[in-house]
Amino acid sequence: MSEKKSNNNLMMTILKGRTFIVLIILVIFFRIMKSNFLDPTTLAMIAKHVALYGILALGMTFVIITGGIDLSVGSVVGLVGMLAGGLIQEGLTLKMFGVTLYFSVPMIIIFMLLFGLFTGWINGLIITKLKVAPFIATLGTMYMCRGFANLRSGGATFSSIAGKEGLGNVGLKTLGSNWFGIPAGVYIFAVLAIIAVVLLKKVPFGWYVTAVGGNEKSARLSGIKADRIKIYVYMISGFCAAWVGLINTAQLSAAHPASGDGWEMNAIAATVLGGTSMAGGSGTIVGTIVGAFVIGVINDGMTMCGVSEFWQKVIRGAVIILAVVIDQTQRNLQAKMALQARNENK
Amino acid sequence: MFDDPNVVLHCEKIDKIYPGTKALDQVSFDLLKGKVNVLIGENGAGKSTLMKMIAGIEQPSAGKMYMDGEEVHFKDTNAARAKGIGIIHQELSLFPNMTVYQNIFIGHEHKKGFFLDDGQHRRGAETILKRLEHEIPPNTMVGDLRVGQQQMVEIARNLIQDDLRVLIMDEPTSSLSAAEVKVLFKIMRELMAQGISIVYISHRLEEIMEIGDHVTILRDGKYVADADVKDIELSWIVENMVGKNTQYHRFERSIDLNKAEHILEIKDLCLPKQGGGYLVDHVNMYLKKGEVLGVYGLLGAGRSELFECLMGMHPEHTGEVMYKGKKMNIRNIAGQIDKGFFLVPEDRQSSGLIQTLDICKNASIASMRSYTNGPFLNSGAEEKAVDGEIDEIHIKVADKKLPILSLSGGNQQKVVIAKGLLTKPEVLLLDEPSRGIDIGAKTEVFEIVHQLAEQGLSLIVVSSELKEIMAIADRIYVLSNGKVTGELEGDSINEDTLVRASYAGLGTGKHSA
Repeated sequence: MSEKKSNNNLMMTILKGRTFIVLIILVIFFRIMKSNFLDPTTLAMIAKHVALYGILALGMTFVIITGGIDLSVGSVVGLVGMLAGGLIQEGLTLKMFGVTLYFSVPMIIIFMLLFGLFTGWINGLIITKLKVAPFIATLGTMYMCRGFANLRSGGATFSSIAGKEGLGNVGLKTLGSNWFGIPAGVYIFAVLAIIAVVLLKKVPFGWYVTAVGGNEKSARLSGIKADRIKIYVYMISGFCAAWVGLINTAQLSAAHPASGDGWEMNAIAATVLGGTSMAGGSGTIVGTIVGAFVIGVINDGMTMCGVSEFWQKVIRGAVIILAVVIDQTQRNLQAKMALQARNENK
Repeated sequence: MFDDPNVVLHCEKIDKIYPGTKALDQVSFDLLKGKVNVLIGENGAGKSTLMKMIAGIEQPSAGKMYMDGEEVHFKDTNAARAKGIGIIHQELSLFPNMTVYQNIFIGHEHKKGFFLDDGQHRRGAETILKRLEHEIPPNTMVGDLRVGQQQMVEIARNLIQDDLRVLIMDEPTSSLSAAEVKVLFKIMRELMAQGISIVYISHRLEEIMEIGDHVTILRDGKYVADADVKDIELSWIVENMVGKNTQYHRFERSIDLNKAEHILEIKDLCLPKQGGGYLVDHVNMYLKKGEVLGVYGLLGAGRSELFECLMGMHPEHTGEVMYKGKKMNIRNIAGQIDKGFFLVPEDRQSSGLIQTLDICKNASIASMRSYTNGPFLNSGAEEKAVDGEIDEIHIKVADKKLPILSLSGGNQQKVVIAKGLLTKPEVLLLDEPSRGIDIGAKTEVFEIVHQLAEQGLSLIVVSSELKEIMAIADRIYVLSNGKVTGELEGDSINEDTLVRASYAGLGTGKHSA
């Protein structure tokens, strides 16, 4: 019995650290395939991409822990880019006063973050008050945001996002540059990740999120306002998407309406790879961060090795399915161990 | 070998073991041919479990079943159906999103070549519903029907089998009106005339006296007694059902409740039922400070709904609730918890626990806001509070960071109670607190209830187990069909009065008022 138990424990440790183990194996593998894989420039490039998926995945983790899903984040990235780019390039024209207002970059960032919160709030209201399933609600807002992103410019790109000194709106591009040799997005990712860890584990809110996803009925009976919690997680997700929209626009030096297309899938993949259960009720931020790195390393590693984009999709899909299968194995083992512990207590 | 021409099915020493509990213990049972075989027992006595074995829904852990002198094994419901056994479930198993005729014929479809013959389905459904005196249009969606009508569809579904030999009815009348019950009884007599044997499970004892032929009583998963209905009286049934020996010792109170103030007064509380009538029907009650108030009643009597009203889960209720002398404005659960109410729900798994959290968090989740330093959670304060409750109500916990499901049912229940106590309630509502836990844990839960009341907490305990409620409660209200049908206190509390009051409001049996 005890030998079996220690076997289980070992198995459990391996399973729990599986994403991290996979990450290390991937890094070693690509280092062997491409000798420049661990060069600072390559790492900076990977980190730049990881930051984008990672920030989206942070918000997605909260949403998925409540048992929901947010398909709209990719479109919000595109729409925020277009709104920010438009404000810099064209300003805000108020026809009735015949003036065009230009805002400073910090103001624009604040507006965009508020806009991200707003899209999340709308998602949350549709899901809780109108009782639309999260998948459908965010599928709807996904299309709407993408539509608005195109409508903003009639499908064209805003390419002068550098701003003009005279208008006092210079500076957005710094979000896409390197600070002390490290892409700015990585710093923002790090700060948001720390905030996310605190929100999920160190304040009551995070436990309410877990409780709502674990068993909504019990959570309600424990006095948790489940609807409010759900609205908040979509707002967090929208807030993260707004950051990604800003950073992405700065990195590209242009706002394109198709930006962020399909990124919600990378975010979901990173979250699930990180061990967050699609059924809700469990998940960690650290897991999601590792998951985002796995996605980033696979994507960039395969590109560097010259794997065709078509094969990349096949491989990425297979990795996600494998991750979920392993996740279920872990859950089953956990349930088995709980039952064992229960029988031994008797 | 077993062969008796009067017995259509014989069960020999059936055991059924679920993780943690033994639902059936060496139960033997004869199903008599062409009779109404009645099964009686309290909730959890094993009646439904035994029927699930016979209908092939679950398989016995040990024991044998015989039909026509041969041993039979039902690996699933189809195997049992092939032998002519049909079952009408306690919980309806219909598809609300499909039509009446689809529900009736699902699994037994008529075909024309490759295609479904819906014409024949519709005609068949019409014929059978006519026989049941419920001419529901076969194209109606089942979800649009009243519960009573749905029950008829469920019955109709079983009657389309030509070779039906045994029909099991698990509490078929709990949602039927008096007129519907009359029709049901008529059909049962018809079926018997055709040689079909019926197993009938019901809590409504008067009904059993009317329709039953032979009674078998189960208690705690064991066979207790059986007799022909013509030879017995109601009191014999109650006595055997409840048992004389498993007496819980009655708790003595040190508080003089006569002097205690009324902490809660409920006046004319009503909760309307969908489609007319009331789930809670003009209920008047009061609760004294430090009192253990029992609420006894059958399934569907409105007990849980009463609690739900008090917890703000049905803001549409009418009537007044006075709390500490002031009219209470009941809006939502969080508000009620803040005011000092807490509900320990009936179904631990679906509404008591958060399975993905550990033991500690399950206990602290409802009171988490009181363990904070500024915005941050103070784990030290949280764990100290949880440890305090673990000690206080003796929860057996090796490590409070283990998953909640690593605990036994009784300890899980105590964690839910601890969760409630950590919110510092003044009125604790316990809905069937001893359901699904073993006898030792039950006694412990009762001791906790007693101890809390002695400390001045006011409690309302809902239970459908007579012995329990008699042992624990200082005063008992009996609910039936949403109405208060009895209030018993002190020496006036006895089994017979409780049982009689619990079906007084139903108006279905021929003796009822």
